[in-house]
Amino acid sequence: MSNSSKDWLSKLGPLIGLILLIIIVSVMNPSFLSITNIFNVLRQVSISAIIAFGMTFVILTGGIDLSVGSTLALTGAVAASLLAGGVDPFLSMGVALILGLILGAINGVIITKGKVAPFIATLATMTVYRGLTLVYTDGKPISGLGDHLSFQMFGKGYFFGIPIPVITTIIAFVILYFILHKTTYGRRVYAVGGNEEAAKLSGINADRIKIGVYAISGFMAALSALILTSRLNSAQPTAGQAYELDAIAAVVLGGTSLNGGKGWIFGTLVGALIIGVLNNGMNLIGVSSFWQQVVKGIVILLAVLLDRKKSE
Amino acid sequence: MIQMSGIKKAFNGNVVLNDVQFTLEKGEIHALMGENGAGKSTLMKILSGIYSKDAGEIKVDGEPVHFKSPKDAEKYGIVVIHQELNILPDLTVAENLFLGKEKTYGKLGILKTREMEKEAKELLSKLGLDVHPKTRAGDLSVGKQQIIEIAKAITSDAKYIVMDEPTAALTDREIQTLFETIRELKEKGISFVYISHRMEEIFAICDRITILRDGQYVGVRNIPETTFDEIVAMMVGRELGERFPERKCEIGDVKLEVRNLSVKGIFENISFQVRKGEVVGMAGLMGAGRTEVGETIFGYRKAHSGEIFLDGQKVTIKSPIDAMKHKIGYVTEDRKTKGLILNFSIQDNVSLANLKKVSSSGIVKKEKEEALVNQYIEQLKIRTSSPKQAAKSLSGGNQQKVVLAKWLGTDPEILILDEPTRGVDIGARKEIYHIINNLAQEGVAILMISSELPEVIGMADRVIVMQEGKLTGEVQKEEMTQERIMHYATGGEQVV
Repeated sequence: MSNSSKDWLSKLGPLIGLILLIIIVSVMNPSFLSITNIFNVLRQVSISAIIAFGMTFVILTGGIDLSVGSTLALTGAVAASLLAGGVDPFLSMGVALILGLILGAINGVIITKGKVAPFIATLATMTVYRGLTLVYTDGKPISGLGDHLSFQMFGKGYFFGIPIPVITTIIAFVILYFILHKTTYGRRVYAVGGNEEAAKLSGINADRIKIGVYAISGFMAALSALILTSRLNSAQPTAGQAYELDAIAAVVLGGTSLNGGKGWIFGTLVGALIIGVLNNGMNLIGVSSFWQQVVKGIVILLAVLLDRKKSE
Repeated sequence: MIQMSGIKKAFNGNVVLNDVQFTLEKGEIHALMGENGAGKSTLMKILSGIYSKDAGEIKVDGEPVHFKSPKDAEKYGIVVIHQELNILPDLTVAENLFLGKEKTYGKLGILKTREMEKEAKELLSKLGLDVHPKTRAGDLSVGKQQIIEIAKAITSDAKYIVMDEPTAALTDREIQTLFETIRELKEKGISFVYISHRMEEIFAICDRITILRDGQYVGVRNIPETTFDEIVAMMVGRELGERFPERKCEIGDVKLEVRNLSVKGIFENISFQVRKGEVVGMAGLMGAGRTEVGETIFGYRKAHSGEIFLDGQKVTIKSPIDAMKHKIGYVTEDRKTKGLILNFSIQDNVSLANLKKVSSSGIVKKEKEEALVNQYIEQLKIRTSSPKQAAKSLSGGNQQKVVLAKWLGTDPEILILDEPTRGVDIGARKEIYHIINNLAQEGVAILMISSELPEVIGMADRVIVMQEGKLTGEVQKEEMTQERIMHYATGGEQVV
């Protein structure tokens, strides 16, 4: 097939971009390549990457999930309050994860059964979940989570010298990669995004697939909430604001089409790393935080424009 | 006067018009007839500048013209009113009439609203339409909207108006009003091209008929001097030859029975049976509701009433998943939007309806998948470099075989084929006919929806005919002629 090399090029484009970015940053400030800094970048990236993995599933079906930041805040607050109340750390974490799954599934049900556009549905639940977080926490941070080793380790610990959030991210990546590329469920996710009519006419329950992807997205938001809560040793009611934008940016930078049906989760990982390296690099180089936002926006725009050019 | 001659047009090497001629006199209503796919729409799209011609000549009042866009054609007064009306429902009647040619004070774009409304009112009353220019266009009936479209054409000084199936959605009364309007405009020297499948209407309003068949010009007839039968014969008369392979098979018990199936506003009281090993053709014109019947049996559409029996047992089918559990397969009419996921490879498309078969505990097994797809690539002679080739890069015939492969994989006992050879070249067609015959010989009950009469006659054991949502006739193998089927499909008088 003559176009397979072109396919590969467009798939590897984001990776090439990431490598170039790393080279530029390390030339301008060699301390970027220090182990401490690299782990620092990876630990920061882990929170947004995990959310972006879930977002990839949603975007592959042609949807979008704007509620992930609020889901993160609410699940983080629930986990923190349970811990502060002396509940077993594993149980607390489990409750938070299941809550994330349910909040996501609610999005899915509104979208499929209520036939509400994903953008609108999750815009509404974004506000609702944030509001519930404020009600639940009374607008105040929750701290005093105790000193359970297992929970403390989750965000701050190391395993053989590697930060545990990084390991969590890798495990999540491997599992989700397997689901997306090796299981019937993954195939159906692509099919629903590629052509929902054709998928339905092939006996695929598109509604169930869609509810599933939003549940996954909610679950991943909760997972990332646990890392954040452990790292900060407290839950902030305003946590996770605008995280949905970084997650969407990572998915798009990774080459996944917002129209659905096209893309892969490895691209999302690369996309999340590009954003992480860009943030960290600009800090190291000393770019003002105001300009950082301008640069980040332009990079996203350029990446999408380049992708458009290639597909023409 | 418009003269088109030697018009040729091909899409991707597929010739759709070859040496076609057409003349439209001043003040004439000229019908253009032909089966689906005969080239009527393409010819009119060339006339109105939407498509460019590959060869041939168009003259308007003796002057050769070259249209590059619909705007060019409009300068010569050629306007097309499409089947899907171009009315913006939320604008008023007057706003619709002057859309894109608003009257303004100077160049600032400040609208002369009152003047436009006054003009609109005059124009509409001339056309015998009594509506207020400030009425929201979407609140009018389709018939009135149709007349607004004509009024729009007149405001842009149209001399030649092409109407594509103008009466498809109109009531009898609205049709009468439309005809009166057309006749009045004809008196004023405006010419009409009238595309329709409805024979009575054409005989009621038109002066002449040009007939196309398979992209060729067949002839032109003056209305009072011709008959329904002559026109039908001209439309369908081609030799069947050896295009359809012979089938010898045992027709068994009734496999599928549909009783009084109805979907409100689309079709009603459809009842028929299909036996094991039988190929039942379903004929009719575009929009007769055949695809919708197929989709309803397959559970993709919700039936409002009616029953479905399989092997004499009543079944409830609420979704394609239910239908597949009952071993029903459905090869959709439109493979690009409903049959295939174009970005998917052949293999992924074939697997789509067979994911259970090629996986174990939810994990797709590459070996099973490859075995399945390779079996069908060989069996159906799908021409491809690799099972990983994307479906969108295949030819129409091969795409259709991929859709067939997807359904054969489910081992169907009932197979609904909707236009199984549309856009498929002749060689691949015959291979698809062979596949259909083999399935029938294995005892599969087949419902074949097709707009191509030769195909229906060549392949079906029995034909049922639909017209405008109703089952209007059934023809046995021995009695099948194109004329007879066409009469049921157009609602013409019954042939004895």
